Amino acid sequence: MHGSDASTAAERPLASGDAGLRRLPLRCGVGLKAGHLRQVLDERPDAGFFEVHAENFMVPGGPLHHWLGRVREHYPLSFHGVALSIGADADLDLDHLQRLAVLLDRYQPESFSEHLAWSTHGGTYLNDLLPLPYDRPCLQRVCDHVDQIQSRLQRRMLLENPATYVRFASSTMDEGVFIHEVVRRTGCGLLLDVNNVYVSSVNHGYDAREALQGLPLDAVGEIHIAGFASQTDGAGAPLLIDNHGAPVAPAVWELYRFALASTGPVATLLERDNDVPPLTVLLAEARQADQILRGAAMPLLTAQPTDAQLASA
Amino acid sequence: MTTSISSAVANPSPGDVYMTDQGAFASALLDPHRACPADLRSWNGSDPTPRFAVYRNNIVVSLVDALAEQFPVTLELVGAEFFRAMARAFVQQHPPRTRIIAFIGAPFADFIASFAPAASVPYLADVARLEMARIEACHAADADTLTSDAIGRVMANPQQLALVAVLFHPSVHLLSSPHAIFSLWAAHQGVLDIADVDPDVAQHVLIFRDGLDVQALQITLGAYDFLTRLRSGDTLAEAAGAAVDTDASFDLPGSIALLLRHPLVTRMEPLP
Repeated sequence: MHGSDASTAAERPLASGDAGLRRLPLRCGVGLKAGHLRQVLDERPDAGFFEVHAENFMVPGGPLHHWLGRVREHYPLSFHGVALSIGADADLDLDHLQRLAVLLDRYQPESFSEHLAWSTHGGTYLNDLLPLPYDRPCLQRVCDHVDQIQSRLQRRMLLENPATYVRFASSTMDEGVFIHEVVRRTGCGLLLDVNNVYVSSVNHGYDAREALQGLPLDAVGEIHIAGFASQTDGAGAPLLIDNHGAPVAPAVWELYRFALASTGPVATLLERDNDVPPLTVLLAEARQADQILRGAAMPLLTAQPTDAQLASA
Repeated sequence: MTTSISSAVANPSPGDVYMTDQGAFASALLDPHRACPADLRSWNGSDPTPRFAVYRNNIVVSLVDALAEQFPVTLELVGAEFFRAMARAFVQQHPPRTRIIAFIGAPFADFIASFAPAASVPYLADVARLEMARIEACHAADADTLTSDAIGRVMANPQQLALVAVLFHPSVHLLSSPHAIFSLWAAHQGVLDIADVDPDVAQHVLIFRDGLDVQALQITLGAYDFLTRLRSGDTLAEAAGAAVDTDASFDLPGSIALLLRHPLVTRMEPLP
């Protein structure tokens, strides 16, 4: 689409007019930052796609919609929700879901994703992705909410695996089993956040590759890569913070390659929300991912997740 | 150092009752004096409190950062340290009721007005009100506005003026303060020298979106009264009559000129 030799037949022209069949290209995209908007529109840099936080555009009108509309004319888009609070032990907020439906209808993004987390309680918004116990009642709740979202939006959503700092004594299954079950019961896809897998593996003392292989890799519709910050816990053990405030760490690049060996090439987002560098720096880092994506062969035995996505659409 | 995934899964022993209630979790998040929820564990047996503190910190810092970005003049007036302490108290006592970060500051000015440590800066709350009005104007719904020609055609019929009502663009905000909020704000845009600003002078401000940009104009008390009455449904004649009572120096042509010069009006027609 932008002159990359990574373009494949899976990439469809934006003008196809059939939103249900459009998918993100198998390339690396970057988050669309307010500070980069003018430059993106003036220079139209080569980027696989742009991702935005849906809630940032849940405003009635004004310049944000003007700029996003113009970006939409030139690039594939991914909408990433941060406040649906899918894991909340309460009903989904139907007003929020309605705002989301209106937004997706307006911009027809190639992908919509949300988090396995909760962020609201009793009408207050806590603005963080809070952890869930992996038990049966929580599984049922998450599945009910994902069903409700997909049926309201009339599209398949991707659910992102979280970065967590604590575990719950009441958890009865591991994260991979939990997410497998959500994907199996609801037909949603997985947004595989490789950085989150790494951060959680360090924070909970388990093997990152094993954790990654425990996830439903045949359902991956998008990958996230990002940088983290480091602290220590009460015992002096490393505690990694998923702050999207640094370049991707070598260990995460390595885990990304490892993931692609199982999934084949997957649309990948480079996330950066803090200490955001100039656009050219961000895009140079994204090109590293593009290079890795080009080297990732299609898996021989695994069904292409994008085809599964088509079949279920 | 690593354990396998399966052995890392805790099996709750029978009889254990755990607090998995999200209400308890949420309350502890916003109150640093509360113990962290009893159900939390760490893989190495360490105290989960510093781990829980990551969530506590994320919530407060992300919201305080957002407010610092949204209220730059309020911040400059009191300094970053004071502002951040005030914003922290605000988000802990009044966590957002909206999931849209752009609008979390809507109740901030009222909080500042009642925040005792800020009492020595009496204009601070109204400056915050001005900054919030700019945010709301920026994100207000889009709507076509009347050209000055179209407004001129309505005005050309003097018999109708007594009956004409005005519908304003959703971005239009009107502010009135006993303090010089416009000058204080303008000084921080580099338009005025802060040393020349007497903060104890009443000022009135008209805020609206012009194209993609938000504009703020200082207006007279009479113009403020006139526009406020028009917005609440008064006809041109009613609003003009009342504005003269409020402000003997009310300048009707000057106030009409505001409507002609700026994209404020979406409809202007005689009431049925």
